[in-house]
Amino acid sequence: MSKRLLAIVTLVLVASFILPACGGGAGGGTIKVGLLAPLSGAVPTFGVSTQEGTTMAVNEWNAKGGVLGKKIELVVADSQCSADPAVNAANKLIDQDKVQYIVGEVCSSASIPVSEIVNQKKVVQISPTSTNAGVTVDKNGVVKPFTFRACFIDPFQGLVMAKFASTKGFKTAFIMYDQGNDYTRGLAEAFEKSFTQLGGQVVGKETYTKTDTDFSAILTKVADSKAEVLYLPDYYNIVNLVGAQAKDKGVTAVMMGGDGWDSADLDVKAADGGFYSNHYDPGDTRPIVQDWLKKYGAAYKDDKGQPKVPDALATLAYDATNLLIAAIQKAGTTDPTKVAEALAGISWEGVSGTITFDAQHNPIKAAAVIGVSGGEKKFVESIAP
Amino acid sequence: MNAAINQKPSLIETVIRKRLLGKGFLVAVALLALWKLVISFLAGPTIFMQQVVNGFQLGFVYALIALGYTMVYGIVKLINFAHGDVFMVGAFASYYAISRFGLNTWPSKVLPGLPVWLSTAVGVITVILLSMVTCALIAFTIERIAYKPLRNAPRISALITAIGVSFFLEYFGALPMVFGPNFVTYQRPFPVVEWVITTSGISQLPPGVAPPDNSLIISNISLYIIIISVLLVFLLNFIVMRTRVGKAMRATAYDKPTSRLMGINVDGIISVTFAIGAALAGAAGVLYAIAFPQVYFVMGIIPGLKAFVAAVLGGIGSIPGALVGALIIGEAEVLSAAYISTPMRDAVAFSILVIVLLVRPTGIFGEPSREKA
Repeated sequence: MSKRLLAIVTLVLVASFILPACGGGAGGGTIKVGLLAPLSGAVPTFGVSTQEGTTMAVNEWNAKGGVLGKKIELVVADSQCSADPAVNAANKLIDQDKVQYIVGEVCSSASIPVSEIVNQKKVVQISPTSTNAGVTVDKNGVVKPFTFRACFIDPFQGLVMAKFASTKGFKTAFIMYDQGNDYTRGLAEAFEKSFTQLGGQVVGKETYTKTDTDFSAILTKVADSKAEVLYLPDYYNIVNLVGAQAKDKGVTAVMMGGDGWDSADLDVKAADGGFYSNHYDPGDTRPIVQDWLKKYGAAYKDDKGQPKVPDALATLAYDATNLLIAAIQKAGTTDPTKVAEALAGISWEGVSGTITFDAQHNPIKAAAVIGVSGGEKKFVESIAP
Repeated sequence: MNAAINQKPSLIETVIRKRLLGKGFLVAVALLALWKLVISFLAGPTIFMQQVVNGFQLGFVYALIALGYTMVYGIVKLINFAHGDVFMVGAFASYYAISRFGLNTWPSKVLPGLPVWLSTAVGVITVILLSMVTCALIAFTIERIAYKPLRNAPRISALITAIGVSFFLEYFGALPMVFGPNFVTYQRPFPVVEWVITTSGISQLPPGVAPPDNSLIISNISLYIIIISVLLVFLLNFIVMRTRVGKAMRATAYDKPTSRLMGINVDGIISVTFAIGAALAGAAGVLYAIAFPQVYFVMGIIPGLKAFVAAVLGGIGSIPGALVGALIIGEAEVLSAAYISTPMRDAVAFSILVIVLLVRPTGIFGEPSREKA
């Protein structure tokens, strides 16, 4: 009895090794795309959204007959938003699954070590959402030829809001930022530079530390400066505190910020009248956005069975995957070097805007500006650089 | 040997012996600070006054917390590091009272005929009282469980226990079913009203309107904080100086064994001291959350530390010392944020502590074994 059981188990095991190997061996007719996403670890919801966005893109291409006459096969690996697991997963994708194109990773801290590997092994990488400048450029400022990203980098949001402020006719701005945070400093510096170039005047600049709760001294200066705009590119918790105190101190400046404001916990009363930039907003009326909302909602449901609204991660993963496959089509070959060249010169209309790449492989595309008023966050306009 | 003594000391020796270098440095720093203040005042008197008002708003909240530190230290020589976290609990208690149960609106529901200002005032006072009672009960429990068994243990044991209690309150509070680990937006129990004071008089400032030039803005939040804090300080002073309990507290602080021989329930008095200190911290928690409307589980650490510094600066064990120390720290923070640089605010506040302690090691009002509460 036990011998027979053992025989069956052995058979099953052997079969399970051989069968996928057969599939791999016969894979000449497909193009494999690897996906590195944090499906476990600290941010599994990021991984799920990313996988859903990528799957949607691959399915759509396959429904149209694939690319270069071949179907696309998606190989998913869990990279846990962390350097070591991401490197292992990338090595597995490249060496074992023979993948030549990778979408991922989500987190900058994982995308950077992966970029080292792909550039060594000549595999094309496109990260949907890693915003750190070091993802596409190495320490000496040299562009990594095989690495791209679909999201804009942090300072770009400063430029967008400066443009928005000046088209609204604002002439003076006061900037507040956290000195110890690269994200807020990057946005603040970019805003200052662009706003000045556009003819605006930065009438004051103050820094604080992230443990501060009393902003009365700075806000008294803001009120005194009579600035029309208060640029505060920090996370929602600081925005809530500053916004509430600003109204007590007679500050009438319009508050503006970046995607750090994008949270369900943003105090819409404190931030009332403010504007912030984001990668994408479901309220955008462009047909491609509305079409994407419908397709995604039909494919994925939330806990209550309602159609899911795609978040920025799903949207950028969808755009990243589409960009990659469009580049393969444009190159007309599966050679990764040619595909990377095609990607660098591409112009593609994605959900998050029409994307072209600059010399650092960062996308040049529009950002969504969202306004907070009357207790609601509403899409205002899409601003191209 | 005699010859050596009879020799006139050289200039350098005099400087070293009388520590003139250190004193000279302190005088120089003080003069520099004074000069900076005068220059700032002359450059923009209204802005300067506005910053002073901002400083008072912060300083009075610190004062309420500092009083708890100073009372507990005065009576059991324990630096109660959990005090800042009791303050946090007070803020959360009022958050739940306001946002979940609408406790601040009960007067308008029960007695709809009352004028708005009266029902708001009664509602806010109810919320503050609730937070004070909650904190007093918590402190009473903490004292009985964690500190009383260690009354005769070495002082370091009680200090470490206090740090343990502090961590317990923080991370117990961070549990999802207690307060949760997130930043929570605090709903103020009354609408904010601002008044502008100009040379032509006082007028109300409508929301969203820029204040006129050279005007001083005072919000009802600053007023409430200052009025409530002053009332509580007077009340505390009355309790300590004019009541039997206060007399017993002073006696216990002065000499525990003798107080016990005189028939004073020393343990009971110590518990009452903890409870009163915690009640003040609870009130401070509500006022702080109203001024800076966000609550989260480690919000008590920094204000607690600053209030402790204020208590030491004023002379730990002294009630007027805690008030004066807290006002100095509040003003130093805001004025240095306004006129030096914001990231320097804590450095300046703590430097003042160091300088004062160099000159008066017991603090401004500190006279050991006198005026203890």
